[in-house]
Amino acid sequence: MKIIEGTSENFETEVIKSTKPVLVDFNATWCPPCRALHPTLEELAEESDDYKIVTVDVDAEEPLAGAYGVSSIPCLVFFRDGEEYDRRIGLQPKKRLMKILGVK
Amino acid sequence: MYDIAIIGGGPAGLTAAIYARRASKKCVVLEATACGGQILNTNKITNYPALASVSGPELAQNMEQQVADLGAEIEFDKVTAISHIDGGFEVIGEDEKYSARSVIIATGTTPRKLGLEREDELIGRGISYCATCDGAFYKDKAVAVYGGGYSAVYSALYLADIASKVYFIHHHDKLRAAGDAVDSLRNNTKIQMLLGEEIGKLLGGNRLTGVEFADGRKVDIDGLFVSIGREPKCDFCSELATDGEGFIVADEDCETSVPGIFVAGDIRTKALRQIVTATADGAAAAEAAIKYLR
Repeated sequence: MKIIEGTSENFETEVIKSTKPVLVDFNATWCPPCRALHPTLEELAEESDDYKIVTVDVDAEEPLAGAYGVSSIPCLVFFRDGEEYDRRIGLQPKKRLMKILGVK
Repeated sequence: MYDIAIIGGGPAGLTAAIYARRASKKCVVLEATACGGQILNTNKITNYPALASVSGPELAQNMEQQVADLGAEIEFDKVTAISHIDGGFEVIGEDEKYSARSVIIATGTTPRKLGLEREDELIGRGISYCATCDGAFYKDKAVAVYGGGYSAVYSALYLADIASKVYFIHHHDKLRAAGDAVDSLRNNTKIQMLLGEEIGKLLGGNRLTGVEFADGRKVDIDGLFVSIGREPKCDFCSELATDGEGFIVADEDCETSVPGIFVAGDIRTKALRQIVTATADGAAAAEAAIKYLR
């Protein structure tokens, strides 16, 4: 599956109502670590359909970032059944992300 | 078994891997997050020879690519312990174990924390250690910078262009920084100096809403940028001799108090912590390890 671009319009359907776990990556174009993280997220998205990867540009989607209290990026928020179940700030290794997403 | 396990994938660790591979040593770089270390947060580097201006991530990516092309393995795993085994060491990560005949520690430094209650849970929810990384989230909001050195002063000046108000809080009456930057700080109408104040408490629920000083007075802020220096990052170095601050003691030869364990980069006791001194250490540590393996 490809990475989904998250917006205030599709957040409800893509994230909150998703039947699979969702990793939401709050990022910005001016954030160097966000750029460094991106290839890892692309790999994760390509490798499995058991979860979804959604990216949210905090500049374009300021209210959405604000609603989730994001004030440091990259900020990775994990959702299951519409609820946040984990949150990580800063660069994360792929294996750790897989573990949080429940991938063996 | 690896000849050399390198812990930390910043400029020091990656350079060590380059030298190790050029000497045909089997080596692995163990990186907890992403290769590059501190330079990943640096947008523009202008003091690295031959590259008049380069972004930190780009420099990091080039170094990582060079290391991979030379045949070093790079594993993303957080090291939690090192133990002695027959013929060398076992480096224990969160995910796997790596046995190696020698080890180079190049884990760098992390921002020093205030050490206040609730500080960790408020990181990314009002508390930050990097103004250029997170400043953009505080447009037209009130923030504070805590510290007294140059990095605190530059953080405050950077934030004054974004925030509506910047409190500059320092526990001494005098700043360690001096000169033009401090003049700019004092002349900036958005910046209010609060000197001789100790932060006693972080206020707020899910998000930081303010700080309380030792005498009970409060200041309402949406963001607190802590800028009180950096400290060595090593949870598995207790066996090694360190100085009072926790830096691993070693001379330019990068040899620690334990034979077979070497240290490179910012975590070593040294006078100047720069990318070029980190890469220099990487070469020296690899050379020392190669000599040890003979």
